[in-house]
Amino acid sequence: MITLGHYLIVSGLLFTIGFAGVLLRRNIIIIFMSLELMLNAANLSLVAFSRFRVDSAGMPNYNAQVFVFFIITVAAAEVAVGLAIIVALYRARQTTHVEDVNSLKF
Amino acid sequence: MPAFLFWLFALVMLGFGAAVVINRNPIASALSLVLCFMGLSALFMSLDAFFIGIIQVLVYAGAVMVLFLFIIMLLDLRVEERRKINVVAVVGGSAVALAFFVQVYFVVGQLSAAKQPFPALGSPKMDDVRNVGLLLFTNYNLPFQIIGVLVLVATIGVIVLSKRELR
Repeated sequence: MITLGHYLIVSGLLFTIGFAGVLLRRNIIIIFMSLELMLNAANLSLVAFSRFRVDSAGMPNYNAQVFVFFIITVAAAEVAVGLAIIVALYRARQTTHVEDVNSLKF
Repeated sequence: MPAFLFWLFALVMLGFGAAVVINRNPIASALSLVLCFMGLSALFMSLDAFFIGIIQVLVYAGAVMVLFLFIIMLLDLRVEERRKINVVAVVGGSAVALAFFVQVYFVVGQLSAAKQPFPALGSPKMDDVRNVGLLLFTNYNLPFQIIGVLVLVATIGVIVLSKRELR
């Protein structure tokens, strides 16, 4: 029997993978992908809670799904801006390695 | 949905999610991320959120990952050369991530709702696109408009960022 707890643990594991990726990897594009993993782990737990809160008419709670929709939209905009910044950084410094970019002014 | 499908898709999602972090080749990471999102979308559908599942495939596996692959190939990133690994950072990072997961595990374990199965839906046929759309245009109309402005700002910002030389 699959319970709410299973989905929450899987979501927590996915978030942990993304979190570890941000902490361990030094390539800025991989760090960016790990951020996406964390956002999607949050989405999974939101949808699981939405399915868990069934109202009297037998409908899942759609507020959480609207919230997930907003998160996906904002994440898509964030990816576009972030990748543009990475391209600008690469043009200026010829690197995507975060340890090569450790000064505030250049 | 049968329980083994949950385990299958959860395993696909977590396995390819781990592959994103472990792979040294950025293109392999990006393709693993696509498969990870496919598994996630199947999990969304197992929770009867069909609209979110489809949106996940269209937006992430379709648009966002094409953008990632495009940038990786534009920058011509090869397999990164091995650098000296900072042992303190690796051990510390793993310890923090592990501590985070242990904490999530105990919090979920104490949640009494987490042990209950999902309640049955009223009818097997749901108009979830219609219901999400109704909420978007009634209760959440203002946030929806703000998101529209945000996407416009992001579009203009990307054009400005990619036109000018940052010196």
